[in-house]
This record gives sequence, structure tokens and C-alpha cells, in this order.
Amino acid sequence: MKEKITIQEKQILVSVISSILILGFYSLYVYQKYIAGNPEILNDFKFWGRSFLFLIPVSIVVQIIIHIIFAIINKIITNEDFPSITDERDKLIELKAIRISHWIFISGFVLSMGSLTLNMQPYVMFITLIFSGFIAAIVSEIVKIYYYRKGI
Amino acid sequence: MNNRIKELRARYNLTQEDLAKKVNVRRETIVFLEKNKYNPSLKLAYDISKVFEAKIEDVFLFDE
Repeated sequence: MKEKITIQEKQILVSVISSILILGFYSLYVYQKYIAGNPEILNDFKFWGRSFLFLIPVSIVVQIIIHIIFAIINKIITNEDFPSITDERDKLIELKAIRISHWIFISGFVLSMGSLTLNMQPYVMFITLIFSGFIAAIVSEIVKIYYYRKGI
Repeated sequence: MNNRIKELRARYNLTQEDLAKKVNVRRETIVFLEKNKYNPSLKLAYDISKVFEAKIEDVFLFDE
């Protein structure tokens, strides 16, 4: 019998989709506004610093807004409430997901340092860092879905 | 590790939701315990055994 998707799994899917959309739109915005007309800016450290610092709060705020909207729509459609407690299984799944995402990010960090060692342009390092952070976040969510479905 | 949670729950006339509330976990955790797809912490095993007024080893069956 096909198992019903739980509210945690829905929440995780919303996180994955919103992470992809946020980074996609943000990259497009930064590209059109700054990079398209001035490609030299890619090697400007200040530009990367500002881009990182702006992406983090924007990402958090947009994620919160998307989750609130999702909670309202989900409540209207299914009348389901979000679980009021986080139990030991949730915490264990969270820890396993964090461990995997940590290793992915560390691998990306090593790769980004490798790009500097190989005399690549500094923007390669920054893009590798952003990309590894993004992949780590997505894989962490997918790992959670896997453990919620299959068990630990 | 196997367990007798489903059997004992039926004996005590408890739903998965009732048992989950008594031991402060989510219903899905009880579902996965009953399917032997989750090994509980010692604290949760103790709490569940207490609900059924049994010893841990009478509820959770360890394979030698």
C-alpha cells in the first residue's frame, strides 16, 4: 500500500523547492544587476562578501515566509496541524542529515581551496563555496525524507 | 530487536496516538517502532515499558 506523505515530508519538500528557487532567483538577480555589464566584478572580493552577506538573511526571511504560507494553505486544504513536539526520532534524523551535509560542505570547501591552489580565478572558489553549501542543504533535506520514509 | 508494543497496546486498549502522548513522542515514532524500523533510546524503551507495567526485556526482545 502506498504510504501517505506526512506533514514533515511536505515541509521538507517545501524547503527543498524554496531553497532551489531562492538561490536561482538570487543568482539571476545578481547576474543581471552586477555581473552582466561588468564581468570584472567577479574577481572583486567586496562584491562576493556583499553577495554572501545579503543572501543569508534574504534566504532565511523568504524561507520563513514560504513556510508560513505553506502552513496556512496546508491547514485550509487538509486541516492538518504541525506536530507540537520534536521527539528523539526527529532529533536523530536531524543529526544524521547534519552529519552528511557537513561532509558535503567540507568537501566543497576543500575543492574551493584546491581551485586557489591550481591558480584558478577567485570567483571559482566563491562559486564552489556557494554551490557546496547549496548541495549540502538540499542533500540534507533529501536524507531526512529518506530516513522518515525508510526508518533509521 | 523485536518488540511486543502492538500486542500490548491492543491488550491495554490504547491507540498509537494514545501511547505516543503517554510517552511524549509523535505517533509516527510508534508506527516505526511497531514495524521494527526504529530502535528507541533507553529512556523511551523504559517509558513504554512503564505504560505497559512490564520490564523492558518483556516488551523489547533482544536477539542474542
